[in-house]
Amino acid sequence: MDSAALEPSLYTVKAVFILDNDGNRLLSKYYDPELYPSMKEQKNFETNVFNKTHKADNEIAFLEGMTIVYKSSIDLFFYVVGSAQENELMLMAVLNCLFESLSQMLRKNVEKRTLLDNMDGVFLVVDEIIDGGVILESDPQQVIEKVNYRADDNPLSEQSVVQVLQSAKEQIKWSILK
Amino acid sequence: MIKKFDKKDEESGSGSNPFQHLEKSAVLQEARIFNETPINPRRCLHILTKIIYLLNQGEHFGTTEATEAFFAMTRLFQSNDQTLRRMCYLTIKEMANISEDVIIVTSSLTKDMTGKDDVYRGPAIRALCRITDTTMLQAIERYMKQAIVDKVPSVSSSALVSSLHMVKMSFDVVKRWVNEAQEAASSDNIMVQYHALGLLYHLRKNDRLAVTKMLNKFTKSGLKSPFAYCMMIRIASKLLEETEGGHDSPLFDFIESCLRNKHEMVVYEAASAIVHMPNCTARELAPAVSVLQLFCSSPKAALRYAAVRTLNKVAMKHPSAVTACNLDLENLITDSNRSIATLAITTLLKTGSESSVDRLMKQISSFVSEISDEFKVVVVQAISALCQKYPRKHSVMMNFLSNMLRDDGGFEYKRAIVDCIISIIEENPESKETGLAHLCEFIEDCEHTVLATKILHLLGKEGPRTPTPSKYIRFIFNRVVLESEAVRAAAVSALAKFGAQNDDLLPSVLVLMKRCMMDSDDEVRDRATFYMNVLQQKQKALNAAYIFNGLSVSVPGLEKSLHQYTLEPSEKPFDMKTVPLATAPITEQKTEIAPVATSKLPEKLAPSRQDIYQEQLAVIPEFQGLGLLFKSSEPVQLTEAETEYVVRCIKHTFANHMIFQFDCTNTLNDQLLQRVLVQMEPSEAYEVLHYVPAPSLPYNQPGSCYSLVRLPEDDPTAVSCTFSCTMKYLVRDCDPNTGEPDDDGYDDEYVLEDLEVTVADHIQKVLKPNFGAAWEEIGDENEKEETFALATVRTLDEAVNNIISFLGMQPCERSDKVPENKNSHVLFLAGVFRGGHDVLVRSRLALADGVTMQVTVRSTDENVVDVILASVG
Repeated sequence: MDSAALEPSLYTVKAVFILDNDGNRLLSKYYDPELYPSMKEQKNFETNVFNKTHKADNEIAFLEGMTIVYKSSIDLFFYVVGSAQENELMLMAVLNCLFESLSQMLRKNVEKRTLLDNMDGVFLVVDEIIDGGVILESDPQQVIEKVNYRADDNPLSEQSVVQVLQSAKEQIKWSILK
Repeated sequence: MIKKFDKKDEESGSGSNPFQHLEKSAVLQEARIFNETPINPRRCLHILTKIIYLLNQGEHFGTTEATEAFFAMTRLFQSNDQTLRRMCYLTIKEMANISEDVIIVTSSLTKDMTGKDDVYRGPAIRALCRITDTTMLQAIERYMKQAIVDKVPSVSSSALVSSLHMVKMSFDVVKRWVNEAQEAASSDNIMVQYHALGLLYHLRKNDRLAVTKMLNKFTKSGLKSPFAYCMMIRIASKLLEETEGGHDSPLFDFIESCLRNKHEMVVYEAASAIVHMPNCTARELAPAVSVLQLFCSSPKAALRYAAVRTLNKVAMKHPSAVTACNLDLENLITDSNRSIATLAITTLLKTGSESSVDRLMKQISSFVSEISDEFKVVVVQAISALCQKYPRKHSVMMNFLSNMLRDDGGFEYKRAIVDCIISIIEENPESKETGLAHLCEFIEDCEHTVLATKILHLLGKEGPRTPTPSKYIRFIFNRVVLESEAVRAAAVSALAKFGAQNDDLLPSVLVLMKRCMMDSDDEVRDRATFYMNVLQQKQKALNAAYIFNGLSVSVPGLEKSLHQYTLEPSEKPFDMKTVPLATAPITEQKTEIAPVATSKLPEKLAPSRQDIYQEQLAVIPEFQGLGLLFKSSEPVQLTEAETEYVVRCIKHTFANHMIFQFDCTNTLNDQLLQRVLVQMEPSEAYEVLHYVPAPSLPYNQPGSCYSLVRLPEDDPTAVSCTFSCTMKYLVRDCDPNTGEPDDDGYDDEYVLEDLEVTVADHIQKVLKPNFGAAWEEIGDENEKEETFALATVRTLDEAVNNIISFLGMQPCERSDKVPENKNSHVLFLAGVFRGGHDVLVRSRLALADGVTMQVTVRSTDENVVDVILASVG
């Protein structure tokens, strides 16, 4: 499968992606410009990975010459991809950090709906864990502190009374105009 | 107003994914509210998220629309909402390559980067470095240096990682930050430590001394970060490999000490590093193997996978070292993760005894359909290795392989199986018929042209020599009827070989050929017509030259020669002898799946190594008019590895001359060498005509100088000669840092090792797929025979290898492999002597006390026969 030893480098992560339970991409980042440069190749790779992994929760797989560690939660699948020679445990550290951080941020509701409602936070979490393929942080606590993001349960509470009134007024106006 | 309602609908009434039906144009429309005052952070945030989501989905943004959105976004810097600001940084990074004039945000980012708010500083640095180019980098250099040594870890880490990204773009600027990185490396924060180490290594990796110093420092002071430890282990093992340091070096001790680290990640990295070291002894492997053994029973699948994958590697080279883990591996063969189970079984196949093979094969066939193609290839490779180890098991394996061949699978997988079957056929003559039968069945329904042609070629080669050649004809002719052009053409060639070899089949083959001559494809028709005419002559010599043993010239060389010929029209017919020969494919017998030498298929159109040399030499004016390059030798080292100057020599042989190419490297950084040449003193009647010096040799930049030598014309048998070589040059001392040389220099010389020219330099390897036919073709006109006693040689293997390397000829018919427990053997060698004379050697070997060898040489030229016999004696 491979033979050459790894050139010492900080560029550990080749790609990271989150898919839903139909294999649709919710978020994905490719850090190696030579690996699947086009969107079509990326989506093919994701489909292939998803088909091979979604049935059994096996934690690790080897596909298309890449080591892939993964984890699922309710209707979500998290993947971290590294080269064939990469230390599998380093990739696991990244995956665990990603999952734990999101789990804390989403108050343990790691499922598609909550994730999408807080997509901005998800983008920020990924950005804090990996920067251009380099592991930036591996401690979920640190990640959460750095992102400093509050997931909101009830979007209405954020809106001021004035705004609520304003929108009520507009709705009434609209219904009258109709 | 309407816009607002759309948005409301989206937020409340949509299905499971609020981003599902996003329209790019609608989102960009919405982005106009960025310009509203006061800024509404919540809504802006939502729109930015939508934009990033769309980019992430692969939506294409045109330059104009992206730039427009980007400029609108810059206004959001006025808001102090934290999340909004962070999303702006993300947008900047995402759009850096799509939008124009992204540098407009430089000042805003610089402000955030140097501001008081720590939450902004790290991300701002990373965004800023993403949009900075070399010229602008100078402007922010001061801030970057400060940020690297900042006491806030996130700021320091961000600066270090961003610097690392920029090393590729502007190495010279980032190099100046090495002191700051050094300081950061002693930080208490584990991530800062890791990032600083990584940056330092990237800046210094070309300076082995500095890397060694850095390693020493960190191994002494100790690190906290497990990531940093992994990095150190990789650096250390790379250094060990480069310096070929013994395993008593402190670097090895360091790696071994990491086996006792408290982090599994580090322990595994160290074990894997030890396992991958070349020439590791069983004793050195033992501690690494025992930690891997522990990991095999870990509850974490990733750890089990890592352990068993690494053990699988060990088993390839040192099966005995892994035997201790057999029990743990047995437990893994039922692992729910099929990758782990497959690796465990293939490892056991390598380490286990012959008796366990059947049981393991049964186990693996129960789930082979569930695993990915990559692992199926691993299984096939294991089987291939097994067949070499236990030849008696080939019938079990062959059955298993033919079942796998019937299953679905990609090209790589099928190719691995076909290669494996072919290698089994070649190893075990008794499996030939079953193997060919399986392959015949496979090509009946094979979608891969490459594999079909390969198998047809093999059938053509092996089929006619089986007891019942007629049964293959049907399979081959079916291809002519059903397949694509390339396969049909290959089938026609295969048919011709049957006709040429078996006289009783010839009439039927001729009938089939006639039908092929009406094919719709040009190539197929041409081949059929050609073979038809050759076969009808019924001459053995013609058959040998045009059907069994194809052209042995290099294809690019032939193209060039023909082009040359058309440019200079002459009365003389084109002479095939002027075309350089194809360098025979080097088949590595030891590889898991032996690549089968296919000289017939025009696959390798890329210029060979020799064609490249030919072009390089042709541009040197002194070497005009030497004719075509006949052969280039492998490089010969003329110095020890670790000396001031490293010199290696490549010998280029021409019809009447030789060129010696000396590749010299100056490893002293305080010297500049000029006018470098290698003076040669021949021992025989060779005459040195020209020296072409290398004008200058700066530190660590290889350069070449050449010597042109005329071969003795009056004595064609003088093929071997020893040259004593001295390198002469002008030394100019220079500053190691700037490379600025002093004005004056002095002449100096350096004695190199002697260079030998042997008979092998005059012979080019040529593969004759059918040696017997070629032997008959040359005839016994110039045949000579002599008997020698090789007293010092103890085994037939050794004798065979000695003869091959001494004569530098190509072994044919796999006669380079001596079957076990035999005390006689026949070796067939083929080659072309300088000047284009075919030469064949048949050497009968008998083992008594020493080895007795009877050599029979045939050639088209009498002198050549004498040369070979004289040099063997």
